[in-house]
Amino acid sequence: MPTTAADPTPRERAWAAAASVCDPEIPVLGIADLGVLRDIRIENGVVEAIITPTYSGCPAMNMIALEIEVALENAGFARPKVTTVLSPAWTTDWMTEAGKAKLREYGIAPPAAKAGRRALFGEDKVTCPHCGSDDTTRISEFGSTACKALWRCKACAEPFDYFKCI
Amino acid sequence: MTDTPLLQYTLRLADTALVLGHRLSEWVGHSPVIEEDLAFGNMGLDLIGQARSLYSYAGEIEGKGRDEDALAYLRDAPEYRNILLVEQPNGDFAATMVRQLLYAAFAHPYFEALARSKDATLAAIAAKAVKEMAYHLRHSAEWSIRLGDGTEESHQRTQASLDELWPYTAETFETDQVERALIEAGVAIDPASLRATWDKTLDHVLSEATLERPHDGYMQSGGRIGHHSEHLGHILSELQFLQRAYPGATW
Repeated sequence: MPTTAADPTPRERAWAAAASVCDPEIPVLGIADLGVLRDIRIENGVVEAIITPTYSGCPAMNMIALEIEVALENAGFARPKVTTVLSPAWTTDWMTEAGKAKLREYGIAPPAAKAGRRALFGEDKVTCPHCGSDDTTRISEFGSTACKALWRCKACAEPFDYFKCI
Repeated sequence: MTDTPLLQYTLRLADTALVLGHRLSEWVGHSPVIEEDLAFGNMGLDLIGQARSLYSYAGEIEGKGRDEDALAYLRDAPEYRNILLVEQPNGDFAATMVRQLLYAAFAHPYFEALARSKDATLAAIAAKAVKEMAYHLRHSAEWSIRLGDGTEESHQRTQASLDELWPYTAETFETDQVERALIEAGVAIDPASLRATWDKTLDHVLSEATLERPHDGYMQSGGRIGHHSEHLGHILSELQFLQRAYPGATW
């Protein structure tokens, strides 16, 4: 019987395994959707996952690296490596549309605009993930994790996390 | 220690980030409101993250097997190379915010420039740090304005903090022999070239905050050659306690 779709290559299988790892702080968001998983390399049968931190001090990175190793081993790749790179610096622009939709569903407002140079006192326009209103206000620049700020909706009165643009 | 200029320079950046990060972490559990507790925790984490990357690189440059922990935990105060501004006591909320403003208004354009360094590792670390420092600058500027243009007491305290910290602001713009060769090679940034940007940011924030810019009088420096105020030893006694009490402890 002829196959209609090619079997996934080892790299594709490794990517899928690594991509199944979620950010421990945002359990609905896979690290590929988040843009943290940058590449999968296979050399001499050894799989290497390349990841980049969202923020310099993100404490989730150790956990993510460990979980990638486990996911790759479970997928049949022996002794996988996880390498952290800093350049190019992570940006919210790398977050996929699917990732943004998942965030919104989870109650976190996704990054509003393209990252870029911001005016010193510029304000983001953030849409409430609960009711969809644009009538929102920032409570604090820093939220429950380094990547989020704390906002409140003036229409439905709910507070919510906003994934900051960087 | 093989004291190459690049190692010295990287340690200066690393120590400055670590000491300020530690200072901010001292607020955790003590902030006036929970949002600011989270903010200090987050900003401290950014700085400690920057320090970790810089220490790892310093260890590589040195090539003697010292890692980030060895450099942070096993050097005494005279070996630390941070600027004096960041080791100054937290004081009250206003003092911490003003210190953060004075540093972030410098660090933001500094890392922006360092992101174009000919040293690829420093450029990569800076490219991440600049995004983080943009938020530190915005947050500390907003609070400085709120406090300066707030009540009579908040205004008076913020102005007093500004006056107190001002003598530590000139050190940031100094260069010495260690850095001059690196600046010429396109590796380090000439901080004096950022003075106008810093002045402009400060003047804008201070005028919004109805605060008076202090006069440049006597200026204190020495941190980057290891001459510290008495505060650093106390910081290290806490920061390094575990490794001093239980050498080699890991978990």
